[in-house]
Amino acid sequence: MVRFLARRLFFCAVLVVMTASSALLLTRVAPGDLTLSLGPFATAREIAAERSRFALDRPIAVQWGEWAGSAMRFDFGESSLYRVPVGPLVFQAAAHTAVLAIGALLVATVAGVGLGIVTGSQRGALPGLIRMASIGAISLPSLLTSLVLLFIAARTGWFPTGGISSVDASNHWTDLAGHLPLPILALALPVAATFERLQSAALAEQLHQPFVMAAAARGVSKRRLVLRHAWPVSVKAITAVYGLAAGSLLSGSFAVEIVTAWPGLGRLTYDALYARDIYLVAGCVAVGAAVLSAGMLLGDVLLALSDPRVPDVR
Amino acid sequence: MRWGGLTLLVLLAVSVMAAPLLAPNAPEQRFGDLLYAPPTPVHLWNDGITAPFIYPLRLVSRIERRFEEDRQHPAPLVWFSNGRLVSGGEAPLLLLGADSYGRDMLARVLYGGRISLTLALVSAGCAVLAGALLGGIAGYAGGWLDGVISRSTEFLLVLPAMYVVLMLRAVLPLALSGGTVFALLTAIFATLGWPIVARGTRAIVIGERQREYVEAARAVGVSPARLLLRHLLPAASGYLATQLTLLLPAFILAEATLSYIGFGFPPETATWGTMLKDAANVLLVADVPWLLAPAVAIFLSVLAVNLLVQATGRPPVQLEG
Repeated sequence: MVRFLARRLFFCAVLVVMTASSALLLTRVAPGDLTLSLGPFATAREIAAERSRFALDRPIAVQWGEWAGSAMRFDFGESSLYRVPVGPLVFQAAAHTAVLAIGALLVATVAGVGLGIVTGSQRGALPGLIRMASIGAISLPSLLTSLVLLFIAARTGWFPTGGISSVDASNHWTDLAGHLPLPILALALPVAATFERLQSAALAEQLHQPFVMAAAARGVSKRRLVLRHAWPVSVKAITAVYGLAAGSLLSGSFAVEIVTAWPGLGRLTYDALYARDIYLVAGCVAVGAAVLSAGMLLGDVLLALSDPRVPDVR
Repeated sequence: MRWGGLTLLVLLAVSVMAAPLLAPNAPEQRFGDLLYAPPTPVHLWNDGITAPFIYPLRLVSRIERRFEEDRQHPAPLVWFSNGRLVSGGEAPLLLLGADSYGRDMLARVLYGGRISLTLALVSAGCAVLAGALLGGIAGYAGGWLDGVISRSTEFLLVLPAMYVVLMLRAVLPLALSGGTVFALLTAIFATLGWPIVARGTRAIVIGERQREYVEAARAVGVSPARLLLRHLLPAASGYLATQLTLLLPAFILAEATLSYIGFGFPPETATWGTMLKDAANVLLVADVPWLLAPAVAIFLSVLAVNLLVQATGRPPVQLEG
């Protein structure tokens, strides 16, 4: 396990460095640079000063070397758009995204596993209805879900229509709590539906296994049969896709953040790319890659833990 | 369920292909007095007229977007004229209402679907083609070639997909013509889509390579290229078809997201993504819900694919963004 973890962590580190470096280089060679934001009336001297401030007048290799060197010391450069160090900026945005993603993962797991147990073990009108709703929700990706939820919010006034805080809020935390449900729900709904389908199929399969039959023959109640015997074996259908879900939540949160004006990593990346804010782009991509590989690693560890038959991961 | 999905998919494909016939108006035509006009109700009977007809909408207040029906001048629907199935005759027939420029939403959803669906299909085709070839080569050749291809698939699969699409698109000039954007997005989507296909194909080819028919083919001196193309890859055709179907919704959605944030098609080109951008204004959408029509179109096409795939026994995993 330790060797496996060490190898995976090393792989993650390589991935983060490579993606961040490619982001830096791609933004550097992209047409237009960060002096565009100075406007059409900037003098040649101002433009030159700005370019030298962000090392755009040096060769690409030199710039990359300096950036990589200081990144080793956790100095990720300065944002040209916000005029502050990239580190705290990216950290704040990543925290906002993490709140969304973790909230959505919790909601999706609880709802998906719960409903999946119902539809996987029972027949009738209600499970049928849940199944239909689930297929519908899978076909509503986060981009659409957030648009539809915003529409509902604007029509009914149940939720604030986007953003992370209101201007006139008296209590910061209750205000935040009011803004959370909409983006979390938008992000969680398709994932919850996927979990429900997977859990349902896995549970139904386990319920036909000989060990469940044997328990049923011993007179174990239906409820206990499903919850204590079949379900623990079937839950690895969910843990197996947790790593994938991390990627899906990261991509999904991008759409949700853009639509609901949530100040997370997706929005920041978008703004940085638009402004050709070279170090901010690299920082955002680095954190995105780090979060994703951490999620995948966590998913693999969870899978190993939930299935004792996998003694050591590869 | 499978038939439901297939029917829905065929219905969508046929209706976007028949867009010039089905759309009552041209997608670019602007009705200056009908900005954000609601869907035109079609009336069936009134004294004197028995054929379906509409009342022309008259603008009452531009700022409040208020319209009223002009009851004095009913306009009977005109069937089969100018190459259109039905049109409004003297008054514009807007079955799904009008957008911010007073353009027919129905016409734009139909014409937009042509671009959105074609782009998804072409990109998925390219991704499956590249994935099948590279995966097949990796599985058949083995050795260092397999190493290189497998490592690159692993690398591409762990990248945050949406961010890579965004990155690749954003480093290119932002204002491009529709045709260039189409080619560009196809290339980007195919680059990100092939690894999943390659990984599965490689596993299938490795399994098939040991089989006797492959041995026999090799014994009679079939060249490796022919062996791969004629014998090994057909074994993976079922898998490839499923992958093609699974990539479609992902690419439809990617186009929508990119166009929504302004990194996709130019705003005057009708695609489901550029149309959704109009729906970005929350306060407006609350009053003008028909701006969400492209969202419904996207939903229906993803639903069709999910119903189709569900029936093949696979769980509809839509986790790869």
